[in-house]
Amino acid sequence: MWFYEKKLQYPANVRRCDLAMAKFLFAQYGGPDSELSAAVRYLTQRYTMPIPQAKALLTDIGTEEMAHWEIIGTLIYKLTEDATPEQLREAGLGDHFAQHDKALYPHDAAGVPWTAAYIQATGDPITDLHENMAAEQKARTTYEHLISLTDDDGVIATLSFLREREVVHFQRFGEALMLVKEHYEHKHIFY
Amino acid sequence: MHDYRSMVEMLKEIQALEFGVYELALFLDTHPGDRRALEDHNRLVSRLNQLRKAFEDRYGPLRLDSESPYPYRYINDPWPWEIQY
Repeated sequence: MWFYEKKLQYPANVRRCDLAMAKFLFAQYGGPDSELSAAVRYLTQRYTMPIPQAKALLTDIGTEEMAHWEIIGTLIYKLTEDATPEQLREAGLGDHFAQHDKALYPHDAAGVPWTAAYIQATGDPITDLHENMAAEQKARTTYEHLISLTDDDGVIATLSFLREREVVHFQRFGEALMLVKEHYEHKHIFY
Repeated sequence: MHDYRSMVEMLKEIQALEFGVYELALFLDTHPGDRRALEDHNRLVSRLNQLRKAFEDRYGPLRLDSESPYPYRYINDPWPWEIQY
């Protein structure tokens, strides 16, 4: 089970209302390589991991992704907090406002709703860990795009932290992949 | 306002310590036999528990399984997305 801890993993400040940036950040709230996809992907795949190290790692990284999802949600919430419907419309968030007002909703930067089709769980641990390594790289790239779309130093600091986590998770998944391969290469014959 | 800033500063210290704990925990998931990493982890956990307890005594529960004074203080604002860090 999980307990909520009433704090963010990393501070999230914004200097000003920036609706265009809020729209872009939806990429990481409900897009294909979003924090939501990451959390659901790892927390779904973990059941069929063959070794304790991989079961633990998918559980813990999946849980950290939930904390990252909350950080992205916080940035979007703060960037849109003071906006009027007219400003939202001008920034291309009129469609969002019509259906959701200023509520957060898991869709991507273009308004396409989140779908489980963004993730895979094949039951083959080697395949799934490769997917996860690719997912971490795709998220890292997305963060680099997002960082280049803003000059808000608060937003940049938070996105830089999240980008760095993708690098660390990639490394840990690579180690888990190596351990799973070793597990399968061992013949388990005792005579 | 003064108290709000002290609350935020203490929260940032918890974030920093908890980050160290989490980072070491992920490392230990794939390196369970690394004694030095485990010692670092355990040392940070002990400091984190002390700091979290001090924070909760002063500003209210961070978790629903923390003890609360009357009336139940866990629900109080600010929630994490409302804080100016």
